[in-house]
Amino acid sequence: MDNQTKTTCLHAEHIALGARMSPFAGFDMPIQYSGIVDEHNAVRQDAGMFDVSHMGEIFVSGPDAAAYVNHVFTNDIRPMKAGDILYGMLLYPDGGVVDDLLVYREFVPDHYLLVVNAANIDKDDAWLREQAAGYDVVIDNRSDAWGQIAVQGPAAEKALTEVLGLPEAAPLTFYTFCESHWGDDRLIISRTGYTGEDGFELYASPASIVQMWRRLLDAGVKPCGLGCRDTLRFEAGLPLYGDELTAEISPVMAGLGMFCKLDKDFIGRDAIAAQKADGVARKLVGICLQDNAIPRAGYPVELEDGTQVGVVTTGYHSISLDKSLCFALVEAKYAALGTALWVRVRKRSFPGEVVKKRFYQTNYKK
Amino acid sequence: MSKVVDGLLYSESHEWVKVDGNIAIVGVSDFAQSELGDITYVDMPDEGDEFAAGEEFGALESVKASGELNAPVSGKIVACNAEVEDSPELINEDPYFNWIVKIEMSDSSELEKLLNAAAYAQKCI
Repeated sequence: MDNQTKTTCLHAEHIALGARMSPFAGFDMPIQYSGIVDEHNAVRQDAGMFDVSHMGEIFVSGPDAAAYVNHVFTNDIRPMKAGDILYGMLLYPDGGVVDDLLVYREFVPDHYLLVVNAANIDKDDAWLREQAAGYDVVIDNRSDAWGQIAVQGPAAEKALTEVLGLPEAAPLTFYTFCESHWGDDRLIISRTGYTGEDGFELYASPASIVQMWRRLLDAGVKPCGLGCRDTLRFEAGLPLYGDELTAEISPVMAGLGMFCKLDKDFIGRDAIAAQKADGVARKLVGICLQDNAIPRAGYPVELEDGTQVGVVTTGYHSISLDKSLCFALVEAKYAALGTALWVRVRKRSFPGEVVKKRFYQTNYKK
Repeated sequence: MSKVVDGLLYSESHEWVKVDGNIAIVGVSDFAQSELGDITYVDMPDEGDEFAAGEEFGALESVKASGELNAPVSGKIVACNAEVEDSPELINEDPYFNWIVKIEMSDSSELEKLLNAAAYAQKCI
């Protein structure tokens, strides 16, 4: 770990638990504790918790906050009520993705919270400031002052209500949040996650986050690392910025065009409108292989004759589905469901077919 | 601390070799399986394939990573362990019992280049 690597407020907890640590997005993060398969299954069947304190929290407020957020954000925040959460992207004018994020409409008027990817905090902060000219807003990057735990799985609600004593979590539906307290500290309870299961994300000060983590741990909630965070989000068909969304991979290419609302203005709107109207050269697809060989990021996607038509962006032997699956960016004419495609794994090419990207039936609380 | 078994020979790339006449029985060390994590797939060579010492003959895939398997000695693959091909997790459970391939050695003097248990243990710290 070099001097540039940051740590989260839970770093000492991870070390004490004997986690396997690795740098991720500039932070020294836990990859696994008991093992990826064990942790993955805990989230699918019971409950697991993740340190996601590396994520960024950028607060936007001011008289023009709503107009400004709707100007930079692809989704439409106008119908949002206080306590609502919306997924969408920040785009460059050419439709490339600056970041994907969650927007929280806070209970105080003209206050929004933007939760962004750890790797993009500084880039987003700079981008948001550049776009703020002419808007009466305050942009406050508070990422270092907030910690975050994701509690995910069918037993997550019970963990919050019974272990942490937060009964206010129970009535929340998916993609809503409430304001609460942990001691005297502000606590945001959000029914969101990145696993395909029901679950919550808790935002509070570092000291409160450490207390909640220890209490959940003592109650038997399994600590889960970034290893299974990736296998879980992958099975649920969720993109990862850097793999499935980048400055070169637009939301339309990634199959996320529904999060870009063309009936309003936003940076990148014209490019997205053109892509929706004219189609895109490459599309993100799911591929299921017949064999158990594992497609990894960067492996070529081919036709039967060996012509390369795409590349794998994320791939695993799915833990919950026991199949070899991947996301791949392929030429658009090969993106239809059922299309036969091959993935080259080392020296051999393995046959598969295009399937829906949501490999796993998600279990959200609607 | 990963386990090293006396009486076996080891390669720098973490394969072990048990010598049985002119046959080298090959698996991976406890260190290797622990580094990889939950192994989900063994990419096996075909019986009859020939490899030079140090050449990649297959791969182990875990959930997160893929690790190549290198031939510790030159020779011909005479057997692949179908049990670990069907149940790759056996390698995590007991890497020294669950061998991967058997190689008919073409030059048994190559064994001298492999490490004994004490020397290999130094590599795994």
